[in-house]
Amino acid sequence: MAKNQSEVSGVFTTGSKSQPSTIKPKSPFTHPLLLGSIFPALLVVVWELLSRSEVFPAYQLPAPSVILETIVGMAEDGTLWGHVGITFYRVLMGFLLGTAAAVVLGSLVGFYKHAEALFDPLIQAFRSIPSLAWVPLFILWMGIGEPSKIAMIAVGVFFPVYLNIVSGISGVDRKLIEVGKMYGLNTFQLVRRIILPAALPSFLVGLRSGLGLGWMFVVAAELMGASQGLGYLLVVGQNTLAPETIIASIVLFAVIGKLSDWVLKKLETRTLHWQDRAAKS
Amino acid sequence: MSLQLERVGRTFAGKAAVQDVSFRAEPGEIIGLLGTSGCGKSTLLRAISGLDTEFDGLIEINNKKVDDIQKTTGFMFQEPRLLPWLNVLDNVTFGLEGNREEKKKKAGRYLESVGLADSEKLYPKQLSGGMAQRVAIARALATSPEILLLDEPFSALDAFTKMQLQDLLLEVWRSYQSTMVLVTHDVDEAAYLCDRIIVLRGQPGKVEREITITEPRPRERGSSEQAAYKAEILASLDLTTDTA
Repeated sequence: MAKNQSEVSGVFTTGSKSQPSTIKPKSPFTHPLLLGSIFPALLVVVWELLSRSEVFPAYQLPAPSVILETIVGMAEDGTLWGHVGITFYRVLMGFLLGTAAAVVLGSLVGFYKHAEALFDPLIQAFRSIPSLAWVPLFILWMGIGEPSKIAMIAVGVFFPVYLNIVSGISGVDRKLIEVGKMYGLNTFQLVRRIILPAALPSFLVGLRSGLGLGWMFVVAAELMGASQGLGYLLVVGQNTLAPETIIASIVLFAVIGKLSDWVLKKLETRTLHWQDRAAKS
Repeated sequence: MSLQLERVGRTFAGKAAVQDVSFRAEPGEIIGLLGTSGCGKSTLLRAISGLDTEFDGLIEINNKKVDDIQKTTGFMFQEPRLLPWLNVLDNVTFGLEGNREEKKKKAGRYLESVGLADSEKLYPKQLSGGMAQRVAIARALATSPEILLLDEPFSALDAFTKMQLQDLLLEVWRSYQSTMVLVTHDVDEAAYLCDRIIVLRGQPGKVEREITITEPRPRERGSSEQAAYKAEILASLDLTTDTA
């Protein structure tokens, strides 16, 4: 059985090996990038047409070209970079802080039974609190400035990273650990040479979902009170009845959110190339 | 290296899995532990390896008591158990010490002896079952274990690959002269490879018989001597009463 499985996967991988990374299209029309842009492009064209013919009123849903102009305008007068920069900075700091805390606690809980008994119930209890409920308290404690926002994002990032580290470490195959033991590895060597690499896939999944939550929480944090940032643009758009500003901000969120996720995904494919995953046809 | 077991037993949660096993393996001998499933063959092997230290009785390697994992003991598992994030070469060098060049050279030699010299850079996911098991053999041999424990190492392979790898094992045994303890439930395999077969029976498993195979190597599969040994082994397993 095991033999059969590995033979099947052997066929898969040698197949994908001779056609590196993406599945080579037979004709240029089935290129994944092209296939993926058909619907977005159609949507934008239809939207533009409907907005121009005033089916959508401009004060509710401006045309894509108007939104693009708004973004270009902000880029030209320089305000765009400030907004994007500060939002990016907040997410990055919150992400790093949340991840660091999750790595420390998650490793402890994953490795030591007693640490699990000690910390895990409390962490699970905190997890059941909707994270946004912390906002007023954080503002009360740390004021309306950067610290409360970054703390907010860190809380959001913490839980998925923590949960994935714990499950990654405790899910390491006992059989592989035995191999390490048979070669006389001590605990530290076991961690470094077997447990960490084996838990890496799960850790990276945690990082990606943590980053996603980070982008969610930055919006919440900036809506609460900020003088700069993409979330602040949303509030400005609402108060000045400028839907193009709101949508421009949403588009920017989508673009940089996607970009940051892409970086992590690249990291994942580079470090996890050894994983035996089925190729899609 | 000699290996000595005296009245070794193992109990799991109050239930004895194997009891009162004693035998001695002389240096360079190939001992087979044969029995139906559930008679504690693998349990014994884990006790000898030092992975399991909760056994009763005494196990000695070179007259030294075993209570932990020994550097001089190698273990080949039922599955290849390769580390999926390391390529073939790094898997074989996994247990080696010393500088990288030396390790590479040594591993290369063993990979060559299992016929995988040109597959160094492949990852486990790219290997077939037989190839992966051959890498596992190379890995187990690379540390030059004086005692090699094999837990049904070929049971997951097809008949042809199995025969190939059995011959390969004998070949490396000839050049490295490790003492081997082979757990198996395959009568043909036991008769073909072993110098001595210890037949375990019952639950909890006990030593039913010891059969010494005097037929010189190379043995011929399907020879009349082999058939006679197999008949003897099967008779001592007494499968008819087991199923009744």
